Amino acid sequence: MSETPPSMQKIAIPAAEPTSLPGGEDLIQVRNLSLYYGAAKALKDISISIREKQVTAFIGPSGCGKSTLLRCFNRMNDLIDNVRIEGSISINRQDINSPDIDVIELRKRIGMVFQKSNPFPKSIYDNVAYGPRLQGISARAELDQIVEQSLKYSALWEEVKDRLHTSGLGLSGGQQQRLCIARAIAVKPEIILMDEPASALDPLATARIEELILDLKKDFTIVIVTHNMQQAARISDLTAFFYLGELIEYDVTARIFTSPAKRQTEDYVTGRFG
Amino acid sequence: MQTQAALAVEARNRPFRSRETDWYSVLGTGITGLATLLIVAILLVILANIIWNGAPYVSWRFITTGTATDMFDVRKAGIFPMIFGTTARVILMTILVIPAGVLTAIYLTEYARIHSPSTRIIRGAVNNLAGVPSIVFGLFGAGFFVQFIGQMMDSALGNTDNVWKQPALIWAAATLAVMTLPVVIVATEESLRAIPQGLREASLALGATKLETIVKIVLPQAVPGILTGGILAVSRAAGEVAPILFTGAAYYMADLPKSLHNQFMDLGYHTFILSTQSPNIEETRPLLYATVLVLLGLTFLLNIVAVFVRANMRKKMRMLQ
Repeated sequence: MSETPPSMQKIAIPAAEPTSLPGGEDLIQVRNLSLYYGAAKALKDISISIREKQVTAFIGPSGCGKSTLLRCFNRMNDLIDNVRIEGSISINRQDINSPDIDVIELRKRIGMVFQKSNPFPKSIYDNVAYGPRLQGISARAELDQIVEQSLKYSALWEEVKDRLHTSGLGLSGGQQQRLCIARAIAVKPEIILMDEPASALDPLATARIEELILDLKKDFTIVIVTHNMQQAARISDLTAFFYLGELIEYDVTARIFTSPAKRQTEDYVTGRFG
Repeated sequence: MQTQAALAVEARNRPFRSRETDWYSVLGTGITGLATLLIVAILLVILANIIWNGAPYVSWRFITTGTATDMFDVRKAGIFPMIFGTTARVILMTILVIPAGVLTAIYLTEYARIHSPSTRIIRGAVNNLAGVPSIVFGLFGAGFFVQFIGQMMDSALGNTDNVWKQPALIWAAATLAVMTLPVVIVATEESLRAIPQGLREASLALGATKLETIVKIVLPQAVPGILTGGILAVSRAAGEVAPILFTGAAYYMADLPKSLHNQFMDLGYHTFILSTQSPNIEETRPLLYATVLVLLGLTFLLNIVAVFVRANMRKKMRMLQ
């Protein structure tokens, strides 16, 4: 695929903002976003709105830019040298790349769960309490409560309540990932970004994470990057398909998987390429 | 003519052990083994020689009393002031070099852009620092610390005579710290780089600042590596004489140093004095052996302490892994 034909660009805009999308307000609004790693253009003129309290899945083959876009939302790309962006991203109608935005504050409000579970080499308790402590919460009772709540939320409490002060690295892969989710929840974010959170897990652990995501949806807006199309179909309300740095199609998940508007989307979700 | 099947049967039945002795392999094992043996033998000869000739003269009195007038007399000489001086300068050096080295390593790995020209220049400078002969550090220390910094301190403090502008314990330790800086920087950098990037990202994504991430996540993980750097620095510095010749070591002092700006006696320098300044070489020889044995023992002891501290830290960390 080379340049997008003009005719496609025209319909790409309404496709990126379907009027019939479920959910409440637009929480994240991306307008004409392009991102460059040095001279390489990794994201091409992306416009997409993420709805509040919905699970939005980003799918597409490796290198299509879905993780890059996700990492734009909490400005994790700041950590990489030579990244330049054009266009705008606003969250709650605030431009997150404007100079007066405190990136630390932004990240407190947008949690992230990574592909490779990465608990700190600290106790389970200290892992969950890490974020709240950063915000200056030090009262034992308050921390205890946050830790318990977060672990219950991530469906880990029953498994670890008797060993809160043992290392988080002693847990199984699936438990570690749920610990990372608890750690993200403990900061009480509005949005949780998940970058292929189950790709390193076995099917049972994956199922638990998926259940958890459906549960979290009640209180959080979730954006999840996944390679697993069945997973996207199972858990997401909305699905965006990316290919070579472009947003090809964005719609209600059921429509993406049953009657996509674009040929490329259809080819991808039916497994003809990717 | 054999069929395919017959060939396969023959291949399957071919015995595993059919090769003759591989003489190249024997030769390889032999040469490398001999080289190792030679090194071990040299080390053993040196140690045995020192212990054999020195141990009979190492007494409690020898290591706990000071030398009065009979510096070259094995029956009366004591080397406590030298043990004290060497221990003091090594500990002081450690206190100076670890913060300086760790902060530099943190800058290089956590803040500086890895491939920028300035980072490369700094890293190159650090590596070159490791190759500078130790006597050059001695001269540098005399010029920079004693003459320049000492002068500045004296004028700042309003001293009319030279208090800080003279060879002193603190300047010797500072000179050794500069000399061992590369060791600490490289060891710390290596341990920092071994920490998974995912941990830093997880911390930052939770709203930690870079500094909070370094202090709470990165540094605790790097402690064993930092201590390894400290151990290497101690090993290198304990036996060095050249850097302290002009910066603090004294030929003879009646008293122990009372302040950081006093000179001190040193085991290594004392060994040099015994072997070159004695009026009676034969009589001094046992004393020389005994002194060297104590120097080796002290270096070993300082290392043991550092290794013990590190093992303790590792154990604490392993409990969390």
